[in-house]
Parts: sequence; structure tokens; C-alpha cells
Amino acid sequence: MSDPKIDGFELKPGFRGMASDTGSDQTMFKGVHWGKAMMWIFLLSDTFVFSCFLISYMKGRGSTPAEWPNPSEVFALDAFGVPVPLLLIALMTFVLITSSGTMALAVKYGYEKNRKMCGWLVLATAVGGLTFVGMQAYEWSKLIHEGVRPWENPFGAAQFGSFFFMITGFHGFHVSIGVIFLFIYAYKVFAGHYENGGKRGWFTTMKGDYVEIEILGLYWHFVDLVWVFIFAFFYLW
Amino acid sequence: MSDEYENKSGYQAQSSEALTGSAGSTPDMDYVRPAELPEQDLYHGHTFLTKWVFCQDAKVIGVQYFLTAVFTGIVGLILSWLMRLQLGFPGLAGFITAEHYYQFVTMHGMIMVVYFLTALFLGGFGNYLIPLMVGARDMVFPYVNMLSFWMFFVAVAILMASFFVPGGPTGAGWTLYPPQTILEGTPGSGMGILLMLVSLALFVIGFTMGGLNYMITVLQARTRGMTLMRMPLTVWGIFTATVLAMLAFPALLVSAIMMTLDKVIGTSFFMPTILKAGEVLEYGGGSPILFQHLFWFFGHPEVYIVALPAFGIVSDLISVHARKNIFGYRMMVWAIVGIGALSFFVWAHHMYVSGMNPWFGFFFATTTLIIAVPTAMKVYNWILTLWRGNIRINTVMLWCLGFIVTFVNGGITGIFLGNVSVDVPLSDTYFVVAHFHMVMGIAPVMVIMGAIYHWFPLITGRLLNETLGKWHFWATFLGAYSIYFPMHYLGFIGVPRRYYEMYDSPYMTSAVGMNEFISLAAFLVGAAQFILIFNIIKTLKTGKPAPKNPWKANSLEWHTSTQPPEHGNFGERLPVVHRWPYDFSVPGSKDDFIPQTTPPSEVVHTKVEKT
Repeated sequence: MSDPKIDGFELKPGFRGMASDTGSDQTMFKGVHWGKAMMWIFLLSDTFVFSCFLISYMKGRGSTPAEWPNPSEVFALDAFGVPVPLLLIALMTFVLITSSGTMALAVKYGYEKNRKMCGWLVLATAVGGLTFVGMQAYEWSKLIHEGVRPWENPFGAAQFGSFFFMITGFHGFHVSIGVIFLFIYAYKVFAGHYENGGKRGWFTTMKGDYVEIEILGLYWHFVDLVWVFIFAFFYLW
Repeated sequence: MSDEYENKSGYQAQSSEALTGSAGSTPDMDYVRPAELPEQDLYHGHTFLTKWVFCQDAKVIGVQYFLTAVFTGIVGLILSWLMRLQLGFPGLAGFITAEHYYQFVTMHGMIMVVYFLTALFLGGFGNYLIPLMVGARDMVFPYVNMLSFWMFFVAVAILMASFFVPGGPTGAGWTLYPPQTILEGTPGSGMGILLMLVSLALFVIGFTMGGLNYMITVLQARTRGMTLMRMPLTVWGIFTATVLAMLAFPALLVSAIMMTLDKVIGTSFFMPTILKAGEVLEYGGGSPILFQHLFWFFGHPEVYIVALPAFGIVSDLISVHARKNIFGYRMMVWAIVGIGALSFFVWAHHMYVSGMNPWFGFFFATTTLIIAVPTAMKVYNWILTLWRGNIRINTVMLWCLGFIVTFVNGGITGIFLGNVSVDVPLSDTYFVVAHFHMVMGIAPVMVIMGAIYHWFPLITGRLLNETLGKWHFWATFLGAYSIYFPMHYLGFIGVPRRYYEMYDSPYMTSAVGMNEFISLAAFLVGAAQFILIFNIIKTLKTGKPAPKNPWKANSLEWHTSTQPPEHGNFGERLPVVHRWPYDFSVPGSKDDFIPQTTPPSEVVHTKVEKT
């Protein structure tokens, strides 16, 4: 996006610009929508939540006396009778990253006021997210079937099950919330809530704007990025 | 003497103004660039429900937060009475069993730190003051702000409900250390701890919604001319505390989730292998130290979440009531920010006795002592603000002076405890209890009291009774010292904290009388707080109406269209800010204060610091 035009204020490049924006009145992030700034700060806070989870996982894995199971065996999937390590996970990751792509396109078409394309792409993202959650549910049920529980684990340390179900569950919860909102926003885009100056929400005076798609997009990309870390820490370590 | 001094600098000021700004009174001088954003649309409630209950006006939400927090605070106060009753006069009240005592300790700690102080400073003062002080019509997301309060309300309701479940509330100590917290034998290890964890999680979620509001309002919704370095220090304090909370509460949330799982479905995140009465429990392989790290990564910034708003508010109160600009404003701002940043690197000083590597302790002792530097800077600046000021010894000022004394006292004992070699023998004694009550109990409460006397006229339009206020202050101040000063001594002779009764231990020879004395003082201080409640009720009924801007302050909250401010805060037009809020006793000006909205052309003959 190009820089916004601010009446009576010169936007400068680089650190000089950062200093002059910070030192100015009214806003610190020039031309940034309140909701967008809010989402960034929320995501910073959420980063700390996931960091605490992952650091706890490292500590837990390091301090448990029992042996940690081998991820490429635990997470293998039988394809045509051959166990392929990380097959399901690769598919899940692919679907989720692809949905990030459709989300980015939805934001682009939203700003171009292309209602139809934006709506379909948000819907596609929602379907991608739903597929991810579905595959995760399959993976959970497979592990549960093999006897892995949050409190015990036939392959080794009980903490493996505890951390795996808790952290992927917490991430899956984030994805599910995102999917619900993606469906709601797909409906809102199709219903034209962001057209002609925007429709007012319920019990508030905020007006709809396509920037909301970008805000939702920020959340969605964050959830994907977190998945990359979970992927690395659980499946590759 | 001070008049002479002011006169002298006044002449100098005029001459320097004549040299540089003689072209002064042109309209150019008052130029403030136009508004970047359109006016905020507000949802005006019409029914009782939307106007007073599910209200989206930050001021009403602030008062709601305030009242709820004060209610929990009174519960915490009563619990402290019961504890002191047992400690001072063991066995006098038969209903206080050891289990009950531990439950009182736990709930008192958790209520006072999280549900009283944090909610009151950030939810109460933050909501009321931030939009007014930065010149906004309201918080940026009023609807989310409303949800934030109701989430807090539900959290408090669940916390209070834990008093009535079978087994009672948790009695594990406010730090909730596993494994004992969730094991049978600890009071409230059933429903009590569960409700506590659920309540904390809801508190974090509710606070996150509020905190996003406070941060974005400060960053993105200031009025024309309001730069960050023209904000009152109150806003700086609350803002920085909010940033800390947004980054520290996640650790609490995560530890609450993990402990809930340990409790409910039998995971072993924090639970090592445990032998109980010769039997091995189901748990095994977890790390109790992990919980301590998570808890204190939240717990230490939490201390500053409570302290920083107090620092900010007290700076403003001192400046207004000493009629002098705050000394070293920028230094004060950077000290707040610096303390906030450092507070994330000191958490393990709460864990010196957990068996950590000595080098680890060395690192955390160093960072802990470094925090004393910006903190001491702030204390010097408060004193230098008072220096040669036109001090008004009213109730507000008394609370501020009380704060400085108590805070310095608690800070100095903090230096003792920050050193590993001193902390280890003093750990878990009454010295620690005395230290943290002085520094983060009494000191912030003094500021809250000062702030109540200061802003009461703004919120209600009536001035609180000064005589009652002074009685309230002296009873609280002297009483609080009578409680906590002897406690240092109890700590030095080795009396351990959290003990239900000392029985015939050798400590008790010299500690018995002191414990009785402390208890009596505690009853008195607690009772003295009802003077304030009486004062408030009396003032609301028959108090004298406050004139507009009764303290002659500069910041925007006193320059609203009506007092108390209405929904939307500033009437037809938002204020335009031309200066910082500390232009008091400026040589050459006609009043001894220049409000933030006064344009430079009206004060060309005064010497105003460039801000």
C-alpha cells in the first residue's frame, strides 16, 4: 500500500520518519485504522501466549525422565500400505499456507472494492481452515486410537501427549475461531456491509469497511505463522 | 524567599521572550495542524440498561470498575482482619482453623493484587482518565470496553463463588505453587482452586479487551496538539502498565490453563512423581519449577502494573498541589518506560531459594538492583518538584507525601531482598511481608486515596470533606507504619510467614507482644477506611458543590464543557492542545496556571518551557 496523505504533516522515510511520527500529535501510526493497530497489539500479546506454551514444552521435554517418542514414527501415515512420515502434517500445512494465500488475495480484492471476488476468496479461506481443523481432528483421533492420551503415552513420556494435545488444541481453537469469523465476514462481504460507506454494526456506531478484511487477514496469517513454529517444534524436533 | 526567586526569573523570562518572540501574537503562533481523523461516532444509550448497565461510556465503565474493585478490596480487607485476629490472638476466634487461615491468606493476596489494585488502576482510573486526558471523546472501541468490564465482573463473581463451594476457596498461597496447590490436603484443592483458575483466565481475557482500548486510545486517538510528550504522567503510567499487562498476563493465562489440565484431566505439566502415604500418585515427570517461572514472569511485571500508574498519578497530584511543574518530565517518562522494560528481566529474584544455579541468581540480582536507578530518579524528581514549590498541605498532598515516604521505605528493603545472600536468610519471613506491603500495598493505596480526593469533584461535582480526609490520612498513615514497621523486626528474628500459629517456638518470646500490637493497629487502619466511605456518602448527600476546576489544574479533564463531563467529554468541539500540563506558577502569567488549551498568543509575556 502507498503511504497515506496526512494534511499538514510530512511523512519522512526511515528512522527519521519513525521519530517524527512518534513525536507528532494525534496518532503515532499515521493513517493506520484503529482496528488494525488493535489487531497488531493483540497479536503481540498472543505471541507471548504461544511463546509461553512452546517454552514450557521445551522445558517439559527437557525435564521429563522418560524417553521422548520419535516424531517420524508417531506421526507417520499409511499411504497404500507404506508408512510415510509426516504425510498428513505436510498436507495440513500445505492447506493452511494456501489459505493464507487466498486470504491475502481477498484483502487485495477488498481494497479494489471487488465484492464478489473478495467474498469468494474469504469463503475459500474459511473452507481451507475448516479442512485443516478436520484433518487435525483426524490426526487426534488416530493418536487417541493408538492409545496416546493427555495423561499417558504408550510410545514414551506422558508429557508428549499432554503438550501435543494442549498446544495443537489451543492452536486449533484459534483456527476454529478464525473459521467462524471467516464465514461471518464472507456473509458480510456478500451482503454488501462494506459498500456505500459501510453498514453500522449492532449496538455500536462502528461502520463496516473493507479494512476489516485486512484485520481478519492479519489474524489468519498469524495463526498460520504460529502453525509453522508448532510444526517445527513438534514434528521436526 | 521563593517570591524573590520567581520575580528574578520572571524578568529574565520577559527579556528573552522579547528577543525571540516579539512577532508573537500573530495567529501563526497558535497554529496546530488539522485533525487527521473524523470525529468519533458515539453510541448514546437511552434506556436504563444501555445507559448505566451495559454502558459504552468509558467514564461509566471506569466507575463500574472502580466500585467492583473496591467491593473486592473490602472483602480482602476483612480477610486481613481475620488473619490478624488469629496471628495476634491465637485461638481467640475459634472458627479460624488452620485451613481457614490459609484460605484467608491466599484470597487476601490474590484479591488485593489482581482484582483490587490492577482493576482499580487500569480499569478504574484508566477508563475514566485516559480519554479525558488525551482529549478523546471516548475509548476507541467502546463496545469492547463494555465487554471488558462485564468479563471482569464475571471473573469477580466466580472468585467470590469459590467462598461458597464445598471445601471453600483455595488455600495454597497466592502464588498457587504446585504440586501442593492441587493435591488433596491443601484447603480448597477441589472446586476452590478450579474456580480460582477459571476466574484468573477470565480476568486475563477481560483485561486484554480493556488493555487494547487503553493502548490504542493513547497511541491513535489523541486530540490536536497532544503529542506523547505532552501527555500527563498519569497517562504515561497507565499506558506503560497496560503494555506490561498485555505481555505479562499471557504467562498467567498459560500457567492457569496448564494447571487446570493437571487438576482436571490428570496431565503432569507441573507434577513430579509423588509419594503420598507410601503410595505413588498417578502424576510423574513434570516440573514444579516451570510453574514458578511462568508465574513470576507474570508476577513481577504485575508489581509494576500496580506501581507505574501510581507513579504517574502521584506525579500529577504533586505537581498540581505544589503549584510547580514536575521536575524532569522527560526523565520521568523514560524512567517509567525503563522500569517497565526492566521488569521483564527480574522475575527469578522471587525464586532465589528454589535451588537455582548461583550464576542465574547473580544475573537476576544485578538486573533487580539496576531497577533501583530509574526508581530513585523518580523519587528525587518528586522531591525536587516539591522543592520551593507553593505547597498546599491539603488531603491530596498529605497522601502524596505519605506515598513518597512509604515507597522509599519499601524500596530500600527491596534492595536488601534483591541480593541473593541477604534474601536467602530473610526469604519467607515477615521481612518479606513488610517489604511488599510497604512498596506495593500501602504506597499504591496511598496514591489511590490521594487520587480519590483529587478527582472526586470531577466525577461527582462535589468536594470531599477535608477534615474527615485528614483524619482518614493520619489514621491510615500512622496505622500502616505501626503494622509494617515492626514486621521488619519480626522478619529479622526469623518469624516465618504463612504460619497459622507459632505455638511455643523460641521466636514467640519477643514476638507475642509485637503481634498483638500489629493486630490492633491493623484493626484500626481497616476501620479508618470506613471514614472515607462515610465521607463519600456524606459528600454525595450534603457536600459543597465543587467550583469548576477546583484545584486549578491544567490537564484536559478539568477543562470539559460540563463538570462532571458528559458522554463525549468535550461538548461541541474537541480541545486543541498547545502545551504540556505542568505550566504552574509561570513567571509573568496572570494566573498561577496555564491550561493545556491556552494558545501561546495569550501568554506572550510569560516564560514557558518549550514542550
